[in-house]
Amino acid sequence: MNETLNDNLIMQVNRLAFSYGWLKQKPVFTDFSLSVERGKVYGLLGLNGAGKSTLMYLMAGLLTPKAGEITVGGNNVRHRLPSTLSNIYVVPEEFMLPHMSLREFATLNGALYPRFSYDDMLHNLAIFDIDPNIKSLSSLSMGQKKKVLMSFAFATHTDLMLMDEPTNGLDIPGKSQFRRLVASQMSDDRTIIISTHQVHDIDRCIDHVVIIDHSNVLLDESVASITTKLRFVENGTAADADAAIYSQPSVMGYSLVLPNTGDDETELNLETLFNATLANSERITAIFNSKNA
Amino acid sequence: MIKFNENKAIYLQIADRVCEDIILGTYTEAGRIPSVREYAQMIEVSANTVARSFDYLQQQGVLLNRRGVGLFVADNAVEAIKRMRREVFLSEELDPFMRQAVLLDISEQELLTAYRRHLNELKK
Repeated sequence: MNETLNDNLIMQVNRLAFSYGWLKQKPVFTDFSLSVERGKVYGLLGLNGAGKSTLMYLMAGLLTPKAGEITVGGNNVRHRLPSTLSNIYVVPEEFMLPHMSLREFATLNGALYPRFSYDDMLHNLAIFDIDPNIKSLSSLSMGQKKKVLMSFAFATHTDLMLMDEPTNGLDIPGKSQFRRLVASQMSDDRTIIISTHQVHDIDRCIDHVVIIDHSNVLLDESVASITTKLRFVENGTAADADAAIYSQPSVMGYSLVLPNTGDDETELNLETLFNATLANSERITAIFNSKNA
Repeated sequence: MIKFNENKAIYLQIADRVCEDIILGTYTEAGRIPSVREYAQMIEVSANTVARSFDYLQQQGVLLNRRGVGLFVADNAVEAIKRMRREVFLSEELDPFMRQAVLLDISEQELLTAYRRHLNELKK
């Protein structure tokens, strides 16, 4: 290994292997590696059961790999050093909140995060239009709990923020409020990883797309690199569809993914990109690997 | 060559929006514009995308980075924007328009009349 740590990387997943249980369970990961950069919002995509949530819990040090390791800021997360854990926050897809007031919750849990700011939490709650005067967190609806936990989570100012399906269960304004929160809380030091199936909720918030299928990273590219190499067309004809890497019928004809041969960039369509990558990952990989000067 | 009616990349759509706001006077020449983060929050888009957009506008001479102070609209931004837009209009937007005019046998005289009518309406 190189002695000089790459400052630009916040996390490295190195030859990870993991499976649930001991018996005939199919392993979730057999040999999975990924490097995660600082200062970016990642969209983590994959089919149901591809291992997205498992990967997040492994990243947070909550599960033990069978082999390999995950390091955050150079430290193995499984060593569960306070300095490492206080720099990672994970917002699960489903969770319970205790029967206590928000103030109590924030005082107890905020103490675990040296950079936690109560005022920032209030600011985040205001984005979600939530009154901070909550007597019992356990009596909130799921959507409200999510808004509260996310407001708390961002106020911890951890460098690594892991969010599993954050927009699930949010009401219609909640999705827009979530995007505003993410945009306002990003900094050059922080990395946010959002695992989701709700691609339209987040497609403009993300900087980098990772598509996984068990041990395979099918795609690991920045949005800028994707739109440089690929063109997304929404109103293609059947003839265009024949020439495309991927096509699917849409209201306006065909949604297409084509190689981008010019200088113009089109808007990324995360849904067609995902489908194209799953349908034809060799072709997509080949396009990104060809370095045309 | 097939020309699609494509959606522009988000960073270019943001650049267009900023330019429009400068022409409309929402942001004035030599005046300050919102920070990357403020703007990102306002339009719910990744801050890195907004940064890319603002970089692009700096290259085009529309925005100016005064180190340590922030981003400003350039003194002659409106002119710079109109120059950019004219190029796009003449090279990309006029083509399909002319093609339609020829296909539909629209005469020179008809075009000129329509152009003068629009000019008069705009001057009112």
